[in-house]
Amino acid sequence: MEKWYLMTIVVLIGLTVRWTVSLNSYSGAGKPPMFGDYEAQRHWQEITFNLPVKQWYFNSSDNNLQYWGLDYPPLTAYHSLLCAYVAKFINPDWIALHTSRGYESQAHKLFMRTTVLIADLLIYIPAVVLYCCCLKEISTKKKIANALCILLYPGLILIDYGHFQYNSVSLGFALWGVLGVSCDCDLLGSLAFCLAINYKQMELYHALPFFCFLLGKCFKKGLKGKGFVLLVKLACIVVASFVLCWLPFFTEREQTLQVLRRLFPVDRGLFEDKVANIWCSFNVFLKIKDILPRHIQLIMSFCFTFLSLLPACIKLILQPSSKGFKFTLVSCALSFFLFSFQVHEKSILLVSLPVCLVLSEIPFMSTWFLLVSTFSMLPLLLKDELLMPSVVTTMAFFIACVTSFSIFEKTSEEELQLKSFSISVRKYLPCFTFLSRIIQYLFLISVITMVLLTLMTVTLDPPQKLPDLFSVLVCFVSCLNFLFFLVYFNIIIMWDSKSGRNQKKIS
Amino acid sequence: MAAFTIATGTGNWFSALALGVTLLKCLLIPTYHSTDFEVHRNWLAITHSLPISQWYYEATSEWTLDYPPFFAWFEYILSHVAKYFDQEMLNVHNLNYSSSRTLLFQRFSVIFMDVLFVYAVRECCKCIDGKKVGKELTEKPKFILSVLLLWNFGLLIVDHIHFQYNGFLFGLMLLSIARLFQKRHMEGAFLFAVLLHFKHIYLYVAPAYGVYLLRSYCFTANKPDGSIRWKSFSFVRVISLGLVVFLVSALSLGPFLALNQLPQVFSRLFPFKRGLCHAYWAPNFWALYNALDKVLSELIVNIWYLGLKLKFLDPNNIPKASMTSGLVQQFQHTVLPSVTPLATLICTLIAILPSIFCLWFKPQGPRGFLRCLTLCALSSFMFGWHVHEKAILLAILPMSLLSVGKAGDASIFLILTTTGHYSLFPLLFTAPELPIKILLMLLFTIYSISSLKTLFRKEKPLFNWMETFYLLGLGPLEVCCEFVFPFTSWKVKYPFIPLLLTSVYCAVGVTYAWFKLYVSVLIDSAIGKTKKQ
Repeated sequence: MEKWYLMTIVVLIGLTVRWTVSLNSYSGAGKPPMFGDYEAQRHWQEITFNLPVKQWYFNSSDNNLQYWGLDYPPLTAYHSLLCAYVAKFINPDWIALHTSRGYESQAHKLFMRTTVLIADLLIYIPAVVLYCCCLKEISTKKKIANALCILLYPGLILIDYGHFQYNSVSLGFALWGVLGVSCDCDLLGSLAFCLAINYKQMELYHALPFFCFLLGKCFKKGLKGKGFVLLVKLACIVVASFVLCWLPFFTEREQTLQVLRRLFPVDRGLFEDKVANIWCSFNVFLKIKDILPRHIQLIMSFCFTFLSLLPACIKLILQPSSKGFKFTLVSCALSFFLFSFQVHEKSILLVSLPVCLVLSEIPFMSTWFLLVSTFSMLPLLLKDELLMPSVVTTMAFFIACVTSFSIFEKTSEEELQLKSFSISVRKYLPCFTFLSRIIQYLFLISVITMVLLTLMTVTLDPPQKLPDLFSVLVCFVSCLNFLFFLVYFNIIIMWDSKSGRNQKKIS
Repeated sequence: MAAFTIATGTGNWFSALALGVTLLKCLLIPTYHSTDFEVHRNWLAITHSLPISQWYYEATSEWTLDYPPFFAWFEYILSHVAKYFDQEMLNVHNLNYSSSRTLLFQRFSVIFMDVLFVYAVRECCKCIDGKKVGKELTEKPKFILSVLLLWNFGLLIVDHIHFQYNGFLFGLMLLSIARLFQKRHMEGAFLFAVLLHFKHIYLYVAPAYGVYLLRSYCFTANKPDGSIRWKSFSFVRVISLGLVVFLVSALSLGPFLALNQLPQVFSRLFPFKRGLCHAYWAPNFWALYNALDKVLSELIVNIWYLGLKLKFLDPNNIPKASMTSGLVQQFQHTVLPSVTPLATLICTLIAILPSIFCLWFKPQGPRGFLRCLTLCALSSFMFGWHVHEKAILLAILPMSLLSVGKAGDASIFLILTTTGHYSLFPLLFTAPELPIKILLMLLFTIYSISSLKTLFRKEKPLFNWMETFYLLGLGPLEVCCEFVFPFTSWKVKYPFIPLLLTSVYCAVGVTYAWFKLYVSVLIDSAIGKTKKQ
């Protein structure tokens, strides 16, 4: 590539922003007794290093599961173990059993931040660069601009380098999976995606599109011939990678069950804290959490999720295409986020990743969505004292998108990929010509609300009767936006191939 | 940064670049800041709470006011905004006060003042016509120049991490250069006079300004062969220039003259009590001189020991080598003669003279002025008394303007910038800032080298093998100094070795660039002469 140096520059900018954000505070800094996710990750290093594998997921005198017990799949545990070995080499106090609880120091912060950066540099960033290089039908410069925008996405940076988590690992693996599957390296792709699931169970949000896409591919090749072989191979890869990751826990039945119980804590309720999903927003009017029994909540959320993702998945099985696959990833993840059980506010990152992937196809809507997704985590970011980096990175991201894609000039029906939809609506409603203008107005309204709400949250004190007023409002507004996006993405998916077919007819 | 603008064509790429770097500056707010932060806070307090007559006498803090009056007034104005942030920072006795609001205010004041710098860069881009090559935006000289200036590594780390107000001062300088390019000489002279009264370090380049204005503005015409036409001397112009400079100086120094405090002000501005070199040697001629002295003294000691072994010398006569005193301010030379301030002044003048002669006898328009200005800055940096490593920016920024014009200048610029910027590394010695300085340095270096290479791809390569080898050597040097050395046993015994290595290694590069630039200027003027004859 003749523009390799620009790509290097883009990666360096991404790294610089990441590291400067990491100089800020982290979740639970100096807040005993529970601290935050930072302490959780440190605690996992302590547990995995000092206890035998068999005790990792079990409550014991050395492993109090009430205090940040390990509740991620084995790969996360192995990663913690690896980090723990490095920590042990630098300063054994960091991971000493019991005594290291709540350990905080500048050096330790530096160490933890470095582990995130290294993981990111090894897994997520190469995947992004490679993905952008593999994009078809756009110029080299566009590819570089695209990489810049994806690498500057503020949500991921703020959660990983501010709040403190290792999302870039699971998302990076998922991205490698998407890359593999869309470049016809199905086996490698599914291997990478299995690793993603085994790193963080939330990656299951993406599992259905992967399954449907691969199944659709097998059907397309003919289930009696090549397709069947592929299916068997895929099944083998998936089973093998899972067995490999879970090997220490397959020795006893009780071990496996305990890990599963830890991964899917059904008894933690429909939602936690303030999440921008349907249940939390609906909670404003009706306290479902308290009215309905737990198992009915579970069934209800399952039904809603299933119904909302069903059409896109069926469509993908019938017509597997890598473009459809990306959009289905978005709509499935969004359905899970909006309707499923026990959702965290950070799970919106799982939706943002596939939206980043379609950034070059529908720049206007993607930018909008990514802005909303960052905004929806505002209460969390404010709690971690990350206001300044949030505002700055969001603005940087917005400027990058505006200048790279000139998004405001790309709001015609065609560029929003709504052409075929509006044509079919116009068959019944001939006056339906204002769609793109409506969307522009909606964008304006949405951005203004977000800015105003942010300003209010930062400057005003909430009334004493409603201490959570602003965070509830933030969630509610974001949820409305997300519902709109769910509809939009489903429309794109459902009307997609019709336009494809039309184009073929024309050509 | 480059990719920001890729799709938009010529439209708003400049504002995207400027906004992008401003946001980066905001992200740098929580980074480490040096004692200069306290220096400026103290000045805010002094100017806010004391009458003018006390400004240059106040000495509660060790960081006394040692910038010219305009800068003091600037702090005075800032302090009136500062009181809305945190009244406590304006208390003279509140030493080392840094609340989060103080931090925010000070950092934002630097970022905000950089607006002037951005404007100056925009003006410079307008008047620089570099090589016209590709149609692509990223290959246009204007684009490259604005990245080189706006995203300058040195300015970013000195102003926004280390903490100083160089941005708007360099803005004034670039603006005055741009005005000279636009033939608005009076404005240029005015801006430079103002600048001098903000920070007197710009005196280094004053000879270039003086000679250029005298030669190319006060003499309105040349003879056909380019030499001076004495009759064309314009008294009106000289007097108006003099008036401008005088008025500005009167405004600045007048109050102190009235208070009869001028000697005190000047004693604060020019503290010759400090040593030849700063604690960390700036990579200039004296760094090489000191290093040579150390090597020689070490050699001599070894020879003495040899003599001692052979028992024909008295052990009481061994000279004391000051090998451990790498970090003290007063450096005693053991072998070579010690250097006095006067000697450095003479060396500096001798170094500047040829370039001034070139400017006088062979004026080549604003570009010739710019080269002379760079040479003045660089020569003073090479031979000056108690030079700070930050002063290299004074040569790097004007040189950026030259770099997009000619391949030869570009190659000198790249060597100078890369070594000069690398020599700023010791400014940031804390662990969290280590990745930032390396990333930003890589960012700037990779961009400057690749973009200038693309710009001049049709001409001969920018570097020969020796220069490439030297520049690549900076990588291993960094690894040795900051990643390997701290884990060796020498860390306790010889803690100054990384600094010494850095400054000597960079001194070689800076000296080389200085020499090469001088040669190219002298050759150019000689060629100009023969051509016209």
